Amino acid sequence: MNDGLAIAGLARRRAIGTLGTLLALGCAALAAAALLAILGYVVTQGLRAINWSFLTQLPHPVGVPGGGIGNGIVGTIIIIGIATLMAVPIGLLTGIYLALFGRGVIPEALRFLSDVLSGVPSIAIGLFAYAVLVAPLKHFSGFSASFAFMMLMLPLLVRTSEHAIRSVPQTVREGALALGMSNFRATVHIVLPTALPAIITALLLAIARVTGEVAPLLFTAFGSQFWEKNPGNPMPAISLQVFTYAISPYQEWQAQAWGGALLLIVAVFILSLGARLFLRRAMRFET
Amino acid sequence: MSAEPQVEEYVLTVEHLSAYYGSRKAVGDVSIGFGRRAITALIGPSGCGKTTLLRCLNRIHEVAFDARVEGSVHLDGQDIYAHKIDPMSIRRRVGMVFQRANPFPTLSILDNALACAGGGMKRGARNECAEKALRQAALWDEVKDKLGASPLTLSGGQQQRLCIARAVAAEPEVLLMDEPTASLDPIATAIIEELMASLADNFTIVAVTHNMQQAARVSDVTAFMLADESGVGRLIEVGDTTRVFTKPAQRKTEDYITGRFG
Repeated sequence: MNDGLAIAGLARRRAIGTLGTLLALGCAALAAAALLAILGYVVTQGLRAINWSFLTQLPHPVGVPGGGIGNGIVGTIIIIGIATLMAVPIGLLTGIYLALFGRGVIPEALRFLSDVLSGVPSIAIGLFAYAVLVAPLKHFSGFSASFAFMMLMLPLLVRTSEHAIRSVPQTVREGALALGMSNFRATVHIVLPTALPAIITALLLAIARVTGEVAPLLFTAFGSQFWEKNPGNPMPAISLQVFTYAISPYQEWQAQAWGGALLLIVAVFILSLGARLFLRRAMRFET
Repeated sequence: MSAEPQVEEYVLTVEHLSAYYGSRKAVGDVSIGFGRRAITALIGPSGCGKTTLLRCLNRIHEVAFDARVEGSVHLDGQDIYAHKIDPMSIRRRVGMVFQRANPFPTLSILDNALACAGGGMKRGARNECAEKALRQAALWDEVKDKLGASPLTLSGGQQQRLCIARAVAAEPEVLLMDEPTASLDPIATAIIEELMASLADNFTIVAVTHNMQQAARVSDVTAFMLADESGVGRLIEVGDTTRVFTKPAQRKTEDYITGRFG
């Protein structure tokens, strides 16, 4: 009697277990299918537009066939490069500060602000950059776009570098201090190198996150039809060109928008792949 | 508590030392001396404050948040908690080996052994200095062909000996060992115990251990600690190891070493 009950219960549990597994698998398949559909569509549409002149030439006016987004590629690299140069020192040093001296009112306030900043919509950050760097100077500029991107990258960098440094075992830090190293030397020579792969991972993800952003660029970088290498002037960017082309009524421009979109996806893919490789190195040090 | 000076000279003298984590008192009013070139074992059940006491001897206790120390510790007559003393200078003279091997993962085996020295050493001098330390730690023969490799390629016991090499390379006067064999297998443990005996020719060793057999095997002096009713670690008895294990003066010591508790 008891045995029968137990077996009946078991069969029911098995059925529920199988049902759960199937449900989870189905949802996973659905998510993967959506992603693959987007990827497949962008790749098939984009590949048609991508050729050597697309990557190296200036945009052509409507009606003139050919042309490319070479200036946008250069612009994106310059804008993100400057943003990274500004964000890394600030983000890393703040992360170190939070990890090593992170108790009390000020660090808690910093963490809270950083969390809030990470939730602010990118268009609002673009608006802020417009208000402080574009409106007063009466001039769109690549630098104002870098400033907006820096604000987008900062919270990610601050929190992940704090976590990366914290995840270095306390015993490693104490080992350094126990040898008579100063706090500074222990941090720079021992703790930071150990945390570095995780920090680089975070940096690559932060770059990947801003690469496809267009909202903050609309009223900062603004876009340009020329080879613009001076960040003091309005600058082109891939994502901006995709936006402009995609909403245009011209078919050849729409085709080029798909090409730009594919380019962005490839860039983000490479960055994410790099991030994973570094993360694997980071995991090796965890005991 | 009975203080029996078996060794004429104390390198480290602890007087009325209490250690806190925030408001929690972990060690209360301990006075003890550590004899030159002797091995002193600190034994006692978990949570009796022996590791905390050890960490007060090189001022690494205060690295923990909210930790503080009362009382005094004298190293060769100098109060290491005096205001003008830089803890870094004390840690160079009082080395430490931790419970779990903690080699620096991003440095090579060679650079781990030399981590105390910093830069500025000529290549020849570096290799000489590293070889000396690695030989002292009985590790040289096992790593001499892979000095550039990551320390994480070594076994647990080898990593711990690398940490010992790293500590002795600084040529400290005192070597603190916090359960140095707790995470090692019996063979690696035996190697480290042998090593401790040979290191005692040059260094004063203070070792925390859970393992009473280990204390009996390797130490000259044994100190027994126990937490009182309110969880404060107290020194119950200290004396010549053979004497403590054969004729303990305190009832609590006898209960512990005969296995009646802990």
